[in-house]
Amino acid sequence: MSKKSRTIDIVRAGMKKRKAAETRFRLYGLAAIALGLIFLSLLFVSIVANGYTAFAQSYVEIEVYIDPDRIDPEGKREDSVLSRADYGGLVKATLREMFPEVRSRRDKRQLYRLVSTGASYEIREMVLEDPELIGQKISVWVPVDDEIDMLLKGHIDRNSPEADRRVKDKQIAWVDKLISEEKIEKRFNTIFFTAGDSRDPELAGIWGAAAGSFFTLIVTLILSFPIGVAAAVYLEEFAPQNRFTDFIEVNINNLAAVPSIVFGLLGLAVFINFFGMPRSAPIVGGLVLTLMTLPTIIIASRAALKSVPPSIREAALGIGASPMQTMVYHVLPLAMPGMLTGTIIGMAQALGESAPLLMIGMVAFIVDIPQGAFDPSTVLPVQIYLWADSPERAFVERTSAAIMVLLAFLITMNALAVMLRKRFERRW
Amino acid sequence: MDTIEKSKVDEIEDTGVKEPVFMPEDSATIDRENRATVGEVFVDNPRMSCRDVNVHYGENHAIHDVNLDIGCNEVIAMIGPSGCGKSTFLRCLNRMNDTIEGCKVSGSIIMDGEEINSKKIDVVPLRAQVSMVFQKPNPFPKSIYENVAFGPRIHGLANNKVELDEIVVTSLEKAGLWNEVKDRLDKPGTGLSGGQQQRLCIARTIAVGPEVILMDEPCSALDPIATARIEDLIDELRTQFTICIVTHSMQQAARVSQRTAYFHLGDLIEVGDTTKIFTNPKHQLTEDYITGRFG
Repeated sequence: MSKKSRTIDIVRAGMKKRKAAETRFRLYGLAAIALGLIFLSLLFVSIVANGYTAFAQSYVEIEVYIDPDRIDPEGKREDSVLSRADYGGLVKATLREMFPEVRSRRDKRQLYRLVSTGASYEIREMVLEDPELIGQKISVWVPVDDEIDMLLKGHIDRNSPEADRRVKDKQIAWVDKLISEEKIEKRFNTIFFTAGDSRDPELAGIWGAAAGSFFTLIVTLILSFPIGVAAAVYLEEFAPQNRFTDFIEVNINNLAAVPSIVFGLLGLAVFINFFGMPRSAPIVGGLVLTLMTLPTIIIASRAALKSVPPSIREAALGIGASPMQTMVYHVLPLAMPGMLTGTIIGMAQALGESAPLLMIGMVAFIVDIPQGAFDPSTVLPVQIYLWADSPERAFVERTSAAIMVLLAFLITMNALAVMLRKRFERRW
Repeated sequence: MDTIEKSKVDEIEDTGVKEPVFMPEDSATIDRENRATVGEVFVDNPRMSCRDVNVHYGENHAIHDVNLDIGCNEVIAMIGPSGCGKSTFLRCLNRMNDTIEGCKVSGSIIMDGEEINSKKIDVVPLRAQVSMVFQKPNPFPKSIYENVAFGPRIHGLANNKVELDEIVVTSLEKAGLWNEVKDRLDKPGTGLSGGQQQRLCIARTIAVGPEVILMDEPCSALDPIATARIEDLIDELRTQFTICIVTHSMQQAARVSQRTAYFHLGDLIEVGDTTKIFTNPKHQLTEDYITGRFG
């Protein structure tokens, strides 16, 4: 019979195993975090690598003779005549002049493709603004066509067989000549940040979608914050505890898990078909996203209210404050950081949402920049979806660039949430 | 309801054995013999008089048929072991139990000829008249000034800034805090020490101008020096207010109160002059408690 061993000996004997288990446990955690970071950085790297080139755009300098015979043969300088004149012809004539050796019809057509169709709009704007330009020779920088831009950015392989590329050998030769004459340069792509959508990648911008997102989010915020907070305050502070409120609570929690596209169908059926609200409008998008974010805001606000220590409520009630006074003066200010955080998280969710908006027609191709919540528009994630669907090579980088812009907005909003929380946070 | 009515007769006669009342299972094991209140339950010209107060937390019968008068300008201490219902009883006096889900208070509590334990009574003015100081100092996370000014402001006690300032200053003076905080009225109340915070809470209560102040173990979170200051303060405040204080320190009860009520497991066992209770308790349970045999 062995003699009874001391506790300390048993403990010592098991220490090695215990330590190994501790180390393993810590390693699992580290591995999980490392994996997460790797995926995140992969995501960012691939998006940035794909998209950063979209922030630059190649421009070509052309010297256009604003020919009075073409633009305004009658010389009356009337806006109606000037705005309908053939500026495209001016650009074409300029190109023919720059490359006099081009003769055949086919070559000419290829030549005209060097410059974006946006060039003629730009010249038109200049002339309409200052009719004095007519008859003068002006030098303007206009964006090159998206295919040429891709060539200049190295996305098109010059060595591949001519039949496989959209840019032909002759075009490459003309571009090289322009480069040697220093008539082509890369500039910051302001069009991308100021224009609406376009079929031509070099003229497409995200501003229309950003404005649409802005109006949609404003509508969402104006509706969901007060409604959500009021509902949370009532449920948490005033509602009696009974089956009915339990039922409501269960349903709110369920709503948070409902797929967002269902809210889109609901919006289509109720807001558009029943109430006859405009299609593709931010107002409807905002309403749908309000429905979607309400559960998030209510749940976060209730959690914030729950975390206010009951001693504060008792203190106020104990000296005769009414429940509403207790709420307004003491509980709400303390719960506000949590409520704001919940709201901003809800808003960030709404900003990134596309599925319900497809249902209510915010997926349409809209060139004009919306001026209000009732104008047809699209939103950033839907714009990304639309561009990702386009065949042109230049839309690939614009898609990634748009994702970067969306991510920047999301990061800003989350940073704002953290800042607000820090700022309003008080100790008690 | 019937059993309560029946026991009421015995209670008022104050002759000893109470009829067994209905009890939930968990408290059925308690010996119900010899638990009727002994001592001087009634006083002349009471500020508040409680008759047959019963409190239920759901199934749990927390207070059984308590009869107690609270005299004018007296400090009445409620003592007893933990869970004896002294705090629960205190909270009946300004209906703070309303805030607890599932808490039912029956019986009658009369103040100024009015039944305050009635659904018809608005608790807001009641709590302005019968205000409460809590166990843990709970100043609002606002400035010292705002803490004291909150009550007068919501009740509309001051017509202008000057009057409000005056209320704040006098309240802080009465609470013995003025000299310590006069230079930092705009600093957060939560930045004060524990004892100062509790005195700030008392000042906040005084500022409302109540007639009865309920204190629920106001010194249990404080050190002996801060406790002594609060006790001195309670003694001073006695001239203007009626004070009900719950404490589990018998020494404190002996120091600050004129009358003492001893609670045990939901029953009011003995009430009487503090000196008599501590020197010559009539009930065996009281004697056991104050001599330290249990509790």
